[in-house]
Amino acid sequence: MSVLAAPMAGSRARTPAGRLVAALNHWVIHIALGLIGLIWLVPTIGLLVTSFRPRSDIQATGWWDIFNLHLTIDNYRQVLEAQGMLGAFVNTVFIAVPSTFLPLAICSLAAYAFSWIKFPFRDTLFLIVIAFLLVPVQVAFIPLLTTATSLVPDLQLTRGYVAVWLAHTAFALPFGIFLLRNFFITLPPDMIEAARIDGASDFRVFSRIVLPVSVPAIAAYGIFQFLWVWNDLLMALVFVQDSSKFPMTRAIQNLLSQYGTEWHLLAAGAFLLMIVPLVVFFSLQRYFVQGLLAGSIK
Amino acid sequence: MGIAPTPGVPQVIPARAGLSAVRSARGPEKPNYLAALLFLLPAGLLLVVFLLYPSLYTVLLSFNRGRNGVFEQWVGFDNYVRLFSDADFINLSTFPPSGALWNNILWIVFYTSIVIFLGLIIAVVAARVRYEAVIKAIVFIPMAIAATALAVIWKFVYSPDANIGLLNAFLGVFGIAPISWLGDENIVNFALIAVGIWGSVGFATVILSAAVKSIPAEVIESARVEGANERQIFFRMILPMVSLPISVLAVTLVVNVIKLFDLIYVMTAGGPGKASRVIAFVMYQQAFQAGQYGYGSAVAVVMLVLLTPIMIYNVRRFRTGAVT
Repeated sequence: MSVLAAPMAGSRARTPAGRLVAALNHWVIHIALGLIGLIWLVPTIGLLVTSFRPRSDIQATGWWDIFNLHLTIDNYRQVLEAQGMLGAFVNTVFIAVPSTFLPLAICSLAAYAFSWIKFPFRDTLFLIVIAFLLVPVQVAFIPLLTTATSLVPDLQLTRGYVAVWLAHTAFALPFGIFLLRNFFITLPPDMIEAARIDGASDFRVFSRIVLPVSVPAIAAYGIFQFLWVWNDLLMALVFVQDSSKFPMTRAIQNLLSQYGTEWHLLAAGAFLLMIVPLVVFFSLQRYFVQGLLAGSIK
Repeated sequence: MGIAPTPGVPQVIPARAGLSAVRSARGPEKPNYLAALLFLLPAGLLLVVFLLYPSLYTVLLSFNRGRNGVFEQWVGFDNYVRLFSDADFINLSTFPPSGALWNNILWIVFYTSIVIFLGLIIAVVAARVRYEAVIKAIVFIPMAIAATALAVIWKFVYSPDANIGLLNAFLGVFGIAPISWLGDENIVNFALIAVGIWGSVGFATVILSAAVKSIPAEVIESARVEGANERQIFFRMILPMVSLPISVLAVTLVVNVIKLFDLIYVMTAGGPGKASRVIAFVMYQQAFQAGQYGYGSAVAVVMLVLLTPIMIYNVRRFRTGAVT
């Protein structure tokens, strides 16, 4: 129960004048919040409506002209087939899934070591991980691209997905390790101690005790990482060089530079990019918000 | 955050997360080297190969001519001298100043302050209505969406054609001629910052809402009973109690601004001309489009240097967390 849920009309609305002021205040609040709701919804709805309007209609009138509304799914058909967005959608999945599970596995292992294994310089190493949290990806681009190609020219990592998987994974590590370690250390020591006395190895303690009880935290981080990778453009620009492997973000960016005003294609393309994050957001909102909050305030 | 301004990784260390908890965690008496090595090996390898080694390499390369990304000719601080005398990077001789770094400063000032201001207002006001969760969800949606999609949504709203762009159509109702929001170099940065704000307010709202609600109900109620009005409650009670979350949020938003790339790249490609470039855009452009690796490295190092105070702040906070 929130404090501020206390009605505006509070305890001071005993006189008629006070009641009037309170009622006015109340209406001001509803109108202000309604306006905010509109400003945050209308731009997206406008694009959604546009994605279903025929090209000729879009050129002729604004999407808000709802009395002349003809709807079609042709834009989606065209952008998926002719503009290759179907392939780009598949590519995005191919990039996002390993780039989510690899960091989950690697971060969990490292976070366990930082919470429950004793070794020298543990605190120092962990402080280094924290310092890495803020290293911008940009400092890694040039050496990774140039030395990778000069050391192993035949490998051509950026032709496939390996480069982008590894880059996403590596850059997710500091945050993931930090987040999961902060969760793992809150587990009751007795639980881990008891398992060890029974002779369980570290790997057994990790896989049979720590992982199962940490599912909510790992899920929250996993959703966060998945959306991060799904929505990424920069890493794909740098680490995916083969145009047949471009994810949707790059495909849309290409659409925009080629057909900057073909809104029927752009709108449909943008919605194909948004659909998965929106579904994730609405179905898993609680975990998603938790994941976001976990790193900053909580 | 739709903007990172893609979901912005919260990168600020909470004060509570100290090392103390690690010390209280009872491991086996003897250090277990083998287990530690095995558990840390994958993360350690990736961090060294993808972060540590490249960072050092980039710092060295920034003192080299560095064409093709190899060390060919040492040039001392030449790249940095060139960078800071480049009017496209920072130009303080005109008024208002201009250049990519100046645009980042505009972003930091307007984006950070307005996001926090709106976030706090929405968090406090929405808490008084029954549809609070709905408002918070609506404002939060852009956080889930790619900056690339935000860019398309808002390029559409900003379209100079009043038959297509909602904003110009709206102004047309009042007889105002269409404005080229993204094509006018005096307007473009503010048009972009507005999109950034739209993308990030939900993040601020959710965080500040949690902070506001952590204030005990009795405290506020007793203030009301003693005759404090709503304004006094806000400024004297709520604001001081959310000042810590606000500072953490501000730092996170500043980090987002320094890393800002996707939104600019898709919406304006730094244009018109070079008017809306930001530092991360300059790094990409110099290194990968102009092929100036040494110069591009210098830009990356400037980004790193800008983030270093926050890095030190994080490590410090974490260590003091260990003391308390």
